[in-house]
Amino acid sequence: MGVGIKVEKLNAWFGKTQALHEITMEAPANHATAVIGPSGCGKSTFVRCLNRMHETIPDAKAEGRVMIGDLDVYNGTSPVQIRRRIGMVFQKPNPFPTMSIYDNVAAGLKLNGFHDRRKLNEIVEHSLKVAALWDEVKDTLHKKSGASLSGGQQQRLCIARALAVQPEVLLMDEPCSALDPISTGKIEELIFQLKEDFTIVIVTHNMQQASRVAEFTGFFLLGRLIEFDKTEKIFTTPSDKRTEDYVTGRFG
Amino acid sequence: MAETLIPREFSSAPIGIGRRITNYFATFAALAAIVLVLLPLGAIFAYLIYRGIGSINWAFLTQTPKPVGEAGGGMANAIAGSVLILGIASALGVPIGIGAGIYLAEYGRNRFGDLIRFTADVLNGVPSIVIGIVAYGLVVLTQGHFSALAGGVALAIMMIPTITRATEEMLLLVPNTLREASYGLGVPRWRTTLSISLRTATSGVITGVMLAFARVAGETAPLLFTAFGNQYWNWKISQPTAALSLQVFTYAISPFDEWHRQAWAGALILIFLIVLAVTAVRVATKYGTLSGA
Repeated sequence: MGVGIKVEKLNAWFGKTQALHEITMEAPANHATAVIGPSGCGKSTFVRCLNRMHETIPDAKAEGRVMIGDLDVYNGTSPVQIRRRIGMVFQKPNPFPTMSIYDNVAAGLKLNGFHDRRKLNEIVEHSLKVAALWDEVKDTLHKKSGASLSGGQQQRLCIARALAVQPEVLLMDEPCSALDPISTGKIEELIFQLKEDFTIVIVTHNMQQASRVAEFTGFFLLGRLIEFDKTEKIFTTPSDKRTEDYVTGRFG
Repeated sequence: MAETLIPREFSSAPIGIGRRITNYFATFAALAAIVLVLLPLGAIFAYLIYRGIGSINWAFLTQTPKPVGEAGGGMANAIAGSVLILGIASALGVPIGIGAGIYLAEYGRNRFGDLIRFTADVLNGVPSIVIGIVAYGLVVLTQGHFSALAGGVALAIMMIPTITRATEEMLLLVPNTLREASYGLGVPRWRTTLSISLRTATSGVITGVMLAFARVAGETAPLLFTAFGNQYWNWKISQPTAALSLQVFTYAISPFDEWHRQAWAGALILIFLIVLAVTAVRVATKYGTLSGA
């Protein structure tokens, strides 16, 4: 079951440069929320603040209130605990090259000390099935490296890897930008199914993609959230002129 | 629009004779460089085999040296001593070197890291005889006598900077996206460093370790007043111990023809052991590699 995300007055910096200003928005449980905006507007930084990945960059910091269900992200919880409850899929597929397909999916559990072979087998199979990759890799699970797969397969492997730790929220940072249209289609289909069990926040450059997969959309510009609403409204009757200019392709 | 930027002749012109000559010349130069690199190695091997193979027999591999003037005898104790000393050196030098390399790559982006980097580079340039004196002061004087341990410490000190710098460079080549993938799964930083970064860099780190090992395996100077040498069997790390390089050195500067022949054979065995060790480690690490990795 997914849980809702509430963000209040989130600010983020890279050194002295402020990348996010007073972001306040909500991503409802079991829905997909898209984050759109031109390059450099802070949308990646925004999702990376949700699981505290932002602060792994030297000199970067973030402040504000982020609630993932009942989990207070910036108050009293360790980043490691938070990241176990929030899965993340990155822009470029990044399977672990030295690990087999099986070990890639099991990595999050194994590296955290979970070694029950029978349960791992079950979880790996289930995660790969959910990520629609099982049929393509079931015969080479232990023989092939994660890096030997095609780009689209690698990205689905990364999704399976994120799902295996059984998170409640899935953050996707432009998950399709390195993929061809067919792989993109497969991942979008996947997002539809994943919504039943997870809350999804997806950063995308592709406005058609946002309108296809997300119920809610936030438009970012220069580190500020300009407008947040139902996707349909953002793309048909936005209330801010800047949003309208962006979604109609007048800039960005 | 494009044709106004690049002249048509540029992209459609046939490859001229000048370029072909340049191409052949460059290929030839690269091949010549390979030959030049391999030639000395091949020559050394060939000459060692030519001079040494005649003296290698069962006795040479199983017996200790005979007194001067008596024929026969062997270097069995020196072979065992070399294995012992190199084992101690690796047991000390490899973990310290890799540990320091991990620190430099993952945590050492600061002043203290720069200091360590500088120290390691200087240590790399310190003459091996000086490192022998250091080990003499540290271990031999403390213990009160020469020992395999002292020899191992001297060689370990020589291995550390090479391994440290190689480990650091290899870890820095691991893409940060892999670390992020691991953090994203809720894996703590120390675990990410060991199981993701170091594991991804393994083959490069092993190359560094092998370079360091091969370099110290033939060292003689640091062993002169640490391991010291021994004419008899010794398996205790606290006692003076024979080593192939020492034995070759002693025999080569002796006035006896028989000892000269044995020195050639000892040198051949030493090189053979190094090749064997490097190959064994390479094969062992290849064996665990997945297809497509």
